[in-house]
Amino acid sequence: MGRTIKIDPVSRIEGHAHITLHLDDAGNIDDAKFHLTQFRGFEKFCEGRPFPEMPALTARTCGICPVSHLVASSKACDHLLSVTIPPTAANLRRVMNLAQLIQSHALSYFHLSSADLLLGMDADPKSRNLFGLLKVDPQLAKDGIRLRQIGQTIIEMLGGKKIHPGWMVPGGVSGPLSEESRTTMLAMIPEGLDIAGRTFESFKDLIGKFPEEIDHFGNFPTMFLSLITPTGGLEHYDGFFRIKDAEGKIVQDRVPLEECQRIIGEAVEPYSYMKFPYYLPMGYPDGIYRVGPLARLNNCDFCGTKQADQALDEFRALQHDRPVSSSFHFHFARLVEIIFGLERMKELLESPHILDTRVRARARGNNDEGIGVAEAPRGTLIHHYKTDDEGLITWANLIIATGHNNLAMNRGIKQAAEYFVDGNDLQEGMLNRVEAVIRCYDPCLSCASHAFGQMPLRIELHDCQGNVVDQIVREG
Amino acid sequence: MTHPPVASNPGPKVRVVTLKIDDHDVGARETDSILEIAHANGIRIPALCYLDGLSTWGACRLCMVEIEGVSKPVSACSTTASEGMKITTNSERLKRYRRMILELLFAERNHVCSVCVSNGHCELQDLAAECGMDHVRVPYRNATYNIDSSHDLFRVDHNRCVVCTRCVRVCDEIEGAHTWDVMGRGVNCQVITDLNQPWGDSQSCTSCGKCVQVCPTGALVKKGTAAGEMEKHDDFVPYLAQMRKRQ
Repeated sequence: MGRTIKIDPVSRIEGHAHITLHLDDAGNIDDAKFHLTQFRGFEKFCEGRPFPEMPALTARTCGICPVSHLVASSKACDHLLSVTIPPTAANLRRVMNLAQLIQSHALSYFHLSSADLLLGMDADPKSRNLFGLLKVDPQLAKDGIRLRQIGQTIIEMLGGKKIHPGWMVPGGVSGPLSEESRTTMLAMIPEGLDIAGRTFESFKDLIGKFPEEIDHFGNFPTMFLSLITPTGGLEHYDGFFRIKDAEGKIVQDRVPLEECQRIIGEAVEPYSYMKFPYYLPMGYPDGIYRVGPLARLNNCDFCGTKQADQALDEFRALQHDRPVSSSFHFHFARLVEIIFGLERMKELLESPHILDTRVRARARGNNDEGIGVAEAPRGTLIHHYKTDDEGLITWANLIIATGHNNLAMNRGIKQAAEYFVDGNDLQEGMLNRVEAVIRCYDPCLSCASHAFGQMPLRIELHDCQGNVVDQIVREG
Repeated sequence: MTHPPVASNPGPKVRVVTLKIDDHDVGARETDSILEIAHANGIRIPALCYLDGLSTWGACRLCMVEIEGVSKPVSACSTTASEGMKITTNSERLKRYRRMILELLFAERNHVCSVCVSNGHCELQDLAAECGMDHVRVPYRNATYNIDSSHDLFRVDHNRCVVCTRCVRVCDEIEGAHTWDVMGRGVNCQVITDLNQPWGDSQSCTSCGKCVQVCPTGALVKKGTAAGEMEKHDDFVPYLAQMRKRQ
């Protein structure tokens, strides 16, 4: 009879989860599972609420990426209204979505993952955190804080609040952009690009130190799903679905966003509160795919901005002739997207009609079903609502970005555990690598991010009688 | 919104009395309520069901004040002035009572400010901030309340209602339609349209929207508003009330 190692909780991610590693009699990894342990129930308690409340209501799902929910929900409500929102409103939404992308990616890379990368996977967990980072590379730590501040400040200037702004509404946005705000935003972008550029360069020097992690951190063939522009460019707000397989062959292209149910199915497993989306035509679990920055860069033909396209070329060079398959390179893709986000925001803010005051279309509910899709920092986010004749929600389904990666995360931790973990002699660094696989995906499991160094970690090794034969405890 | 002054009807003669509110000497007509006198003299007394221009209801009890020589607090909106009164509006006991009243209001129904269309423009929310109600010490009931969205223009969300009856009074006294009324008792008490029919089916409603404008919370709102967008303006009520009296 085998034994089980439990990593509980998984630290430096957004939300609560644990990992179980199941060992066979010889102490080898037999299986690995990623368990989301919290239950929220948003889809259920949204029922009965008026649909115009949905953007603000669903944004409360998360304190890290509320803007992503605002975008997807507002788009689902636009669909319910059956309106085309003013182009300026769409561009302003894009700006806020990109600001969100930048601050969230900065949080993931600088605050949550860079300690592993700079200090090492086996470093003392007491110092393997932001404070340890501040000692070793204070400039990088400050850069991360500043980059996040730039994103958050732009969100606040548009929406009035850094977290949970209410400015994005069905039909557009509730107020136009002022000239003064635009000037202030534009003034921050060069500094952001400097930070993003030097971080990208330093990261490229770092990845040479992690050949084993690159090979075994979720490095396997899957499909990739993301949005693309009508011409195949990198897209975060609208466009079409594209799915590529592991060989780089386009499986589905230019799929209208409202047809998501044609390509995406959802499965459930008894060990997790997170759903398991899959590519419907291939069935479950064969229809495994990944979303997020890695998928977006693998799927797009180009970014569409100068520096980001140069960075995209370097990303493509990581794995010739096929999509980049290692989930370790989510970090690489994240940094490319920060560059893109800043450049694209600059373009949008300098566009001639961005200060137009017509930023909202008004209508009553004209459809009884609405679907809104956008790219959240972690991947494709889908809000799907049905309403009654009076505009009250009768059914809601949210397919969260992190959920798309659920199958891949489970497979990823198994691959890493098989390579790094010796069930007969547990070392903290082994298990940190298993956690680090999860951090590559930057999962967002709840509406709260955890403070560095505050989460206790307890790993126990049980024998077949349930006796603890070995344990590692990291105090909170 | 401002309106031109309206010449008031001289009416029957009333006595003028002098009294003290929070150690300020004030003069007033003996028919004036303590709340009216305080507000006329720049002294703030929190109130929720009271609205200038509508009849007095005295339901919320937030405007309670202490009168020297009277053992129990009295509601300032429904107590008229008398000669020599010494009134305290903001003692520690009154502050404690007001916080408790607000906590009970928040616990009774589902006032989820963060996602409410009246967030930032809500009298209940403002009063909670003003009175220092920073948490609720009694358990939330989490009861299920209905939302009636059948009207073309407006919606009533009973989750947000405090049964202040401003809507009932403005509809009856100013609009003259008396579409709104109250049914039930205790926690089951709720405002209704016509004979508890869907608002959209109401034969008496003129769709004037006065009820929406006087509602202090996010209970009565314009349809299509998103979180925080429902701003209300009730300053037309005293003007219309005076105009009604002239007729």
